[in-house]
Amino acid sequence: MTPESPVAYDLECRSLTKSFDDFVAVQSIDLAIPAGSFFSILGPSGCGKTTLLRMMAGFVRPTSGDILIKGRSVLDVPPNKRPVNMVFQHLALFPMMSVAENIGYGLRRRGVPREDIARRVEEALVRVGLPGSGGKRISQISGGQKQRVAIARCLVLDPDVLLLDEPLGALDLKLREHMKVELKKLQHEFGTTFVYITHDQSEALVMSDRVAVMNAGRFEQVGTAQDLYYRPATAFVAAFVGESNKWRGKVETADAGRLTVLTEDGVRIAGSGEAALAAGATVDVFVRPEAVALSRDAAGIASMANRMDGAVASVLFNGAASRVLIKAGAAQAEIDVALPQTGEFNDLAPGQPIHFGWSDAQTTCFRAG
Amino acid sequence: MSRRLGFYLLLAPLVVWLGALLIIPHIELLLTSLQVKVKPRVYEFGFGNYAAFFTEPLYWNTFARTALMSIAATALTLIVGFPISYYIAKLARGRSRAILFVLCLLPFWVSELVRTFGWMILLRETGVVSNTLQWLGLSSGPIEFLYNDAAIMVGLVYTSMLFMVVPLVTTLESLDDSYIEAGYDLGGNGFAVMREIVIPHAMPGIVTGCIVVFMLSLGNYLTPILLGGKDSLWFTEQIYAQFITRFNWEQGSAFGFLLLVLSSLIVWAGLKLTGQTLGQTVGRG
Repeated sequence: MTPESPVAYDLECRSLTKSFDDFVAVQSIDLAIPAGSFFSILGPSGCGKTTLLRMMAGFVRPTSGDILIKGRSVLDVPPNKRPVNMVFQHLALFPMMSVAENIGYGLRRRGVPREDIARRVEEALVRVGLPGSGGKRISQISGGQKQRVAIARCLVLDPDVLLLDEPLGALDLKLREHMKVELKKLQHEFGTTFVYITHDQSEALVMSDRVAVMNAGRFEQVGTAQDLYYRPATAFVAAFVGESNKWRGKVETADAGRLTVLTEDGVRIAGSGEAALAAGATVDVFVRPEAVALSRDAAGIASMANRMDGAVASVLFNGAASRVLIKAGAAQAEIDVALPQTGEFNDLAPGQPIHFGWSDAQTTCFRAG
Repeated sequence: MSRRLGFYLLLAPLVVWLGALLIIPHIELLLTSLQVKVKPRVYEFGFGNYAAFFTEPLYWNTFARTALMSIAATALTLIVGFPISYYIAKLARGRSRAILFVLCLLPFWVSELVRTFGWMILLRETGVVSNTLQWLGLSSGPIEFLYNDAAIMVGLVYTSMLFMVVPLVTTLESLDDSYIEAGYDLGGNGFAVMREIVIPHAMPGIVTGCIVVFMLSLGNYLTPILLGGKDSLWFTEQIYAQFITRFNWEQGSAFGFLLLVLSSLIVWAGLKLTGQTLGQTVGRG
C-alpha cells in the first residue's frame, strides 16, 4: 500500500473511520484492492461492512480517513459522479422500466446517443447471457436473471469498481450455488474489480481472490481463502470461518509455538500457537472437524499427537458434509468430526466405541480474549 | 350456498348505501331534468333544460371557468403538496414525521366554514395582511385581498391539501430508498432521479390525489362564495340559484347532471392524456 505507486490499486482505503454519535461502525480500516481482483468483506451482521461499502459508494461520509479510486481521492465526489457502481441487496431494479431501460439508465444519464445506447445495452445483455430480453418487464424475469440484469446495469457503465451488497441473499440455495460460479465467471470476463460484502462464508471463500474478515468495525484478517481457513490470525477468524471444535484451557508447556494445553474439561491437547504464548496463559483451542481422523482401534491413530476415544453420540447425515458427534473424556463433551466418505464408517451407529485423533499442527491456539 | 349468502349479506349495506344515496337520487335527478315546463304546472318530456345550458353563454362559460379554475387549483395543490409529501415520506424520521403529518391534518379538525372565515380575517380590507402592510409602510391605504380569483385559489388549495398529501405520502413511503440510491449511483442527478424514478413510482398517488382534489374543488360551494364574493361565478352557485332562488328544479337537475357528466369526462380525458388507467392507478395506490 505504498502511496508512490497509486495506479496499481483500483480502490484504497486509508485509516477510514465512521462513527455515529458514540458508536464506531468502521474503525480505521486500511485496505488496498489490486485492479481486476475479486475482493470480499466477510463479517457477521452489524460488523460495519455495509457502512464501509456505502462509504465507498459515496452514500455515507466518513468521519475521518480517505478513499482513493485509481489513486485519486473521491471523498468530495458525490455518488453519481464516482466511478463505482453498486449492486444493491435487493437489486433495486426499477420496476417501472423494462430490462433494456434499466440497463440503459446510466448511459442515458451520460447523454450517450440513442443508437449507441441500444447497441451497448444489447451487448451487455449478450455478455450476461440474456440476449433479446431487453423488452421484458422486470416482473417477468426470474430471480437469477434479475441478478444478471442488475450486474449488466452497472457493468455497461464500465466502472472502475463494482460494489456488491449481498446480492445473493434473497435467492434459494440451488440458484445461489449457481450464481456464485456465474458471478466469478462474469468478474473474470469483464476484468472489473469487484468488492463483495457478505455474511455467508462460502460465498466469500468460493469467489474471492482475497477476503477480509471484519468484526466490530475492524478487519481481523485479510488474505486468501486458504489463509483464512488454514492459518486464521485471530480466534474470531478461526471461529467464524468454517466449523471448529473449541476448547478453553491453560497452557502447561510452551516451546516456540508448540504448546500443551490442559482444557477446562481436563483433556490434555498438543497444539500450536504464536511464540509469545507462555505457560499459564489462558487460550482457546480450535480443531476443524475434518482434521480429526477416526479409527475403530487405537492403532489406526497411533501416529497422531492427540488421541482420544469415546462413543458415537449421533450421526448427522448430510451427504458429503456428514458429521459424527462423539462423546469423549471425563466431561462427556461432544466433539464434531467430519465423516470420511470412503465407506469405511458407513455402518457407524450411536453407542459404538470409536477412537479418534488429530495432529498438533492442525490444532490452533489463541490467547483467550 | 351459505358462503354465497354471507357474500350478499356483506354486500347489502354497500348496495343500500349506493342505492339510497347515489343511484336513486341520480335517477330522480335525470327524470326531473328531462321535464320541460310548457306553462305553469304543465310539463312535457324534452331536452330543453340541457339545450339551455349550451345556448346560454353564461351557463357554459361559468362551467368552463369553474373547470379551469379547478384544474389550476389541482395543479397548484400538486406542486405545493409534492415537496411536502416527499419530505414527510422520505426525509423526515420518526417523531418529526408524525408531527408534520399531524400538522397537515390539524386544519381539518375545525369546520370548513371556520377555516374559510380564518382566511377572510386575514385577507379582508381591514384584515391582518392589509394592516401589516400599512404598518410596515409598504402600502399607503387599506387593500382588499378578498373577492377575486386569487383568493378563491388560495382557499381551494388550502382546503384540498390534505387530500393530495395523504395519497402521495402513502405511495412515496412504499418507494424503497435503494431505488433512489441506485438512481444516483448510476449517474443520475436529483432531477433525473425525480423524473425517472420517484414520479413514475408516485403516479398512482398523484392520479388519486388529483382526481379527489379536482372533484372537491369543482363541487365546492362554500369557499368560492365566501372568498370570491357574489361574482365568483362558480358552477355550484348556478345549481343553488336554480334550486333555491328560482325554484326551477328541472333546470337545476339538468345542471347537476351536466356537472357529473362533464367532470367525469374531464377526469377521463386527464387519465388518457397522462396515459394512466383508473384500475391501474387507484387500484395500486
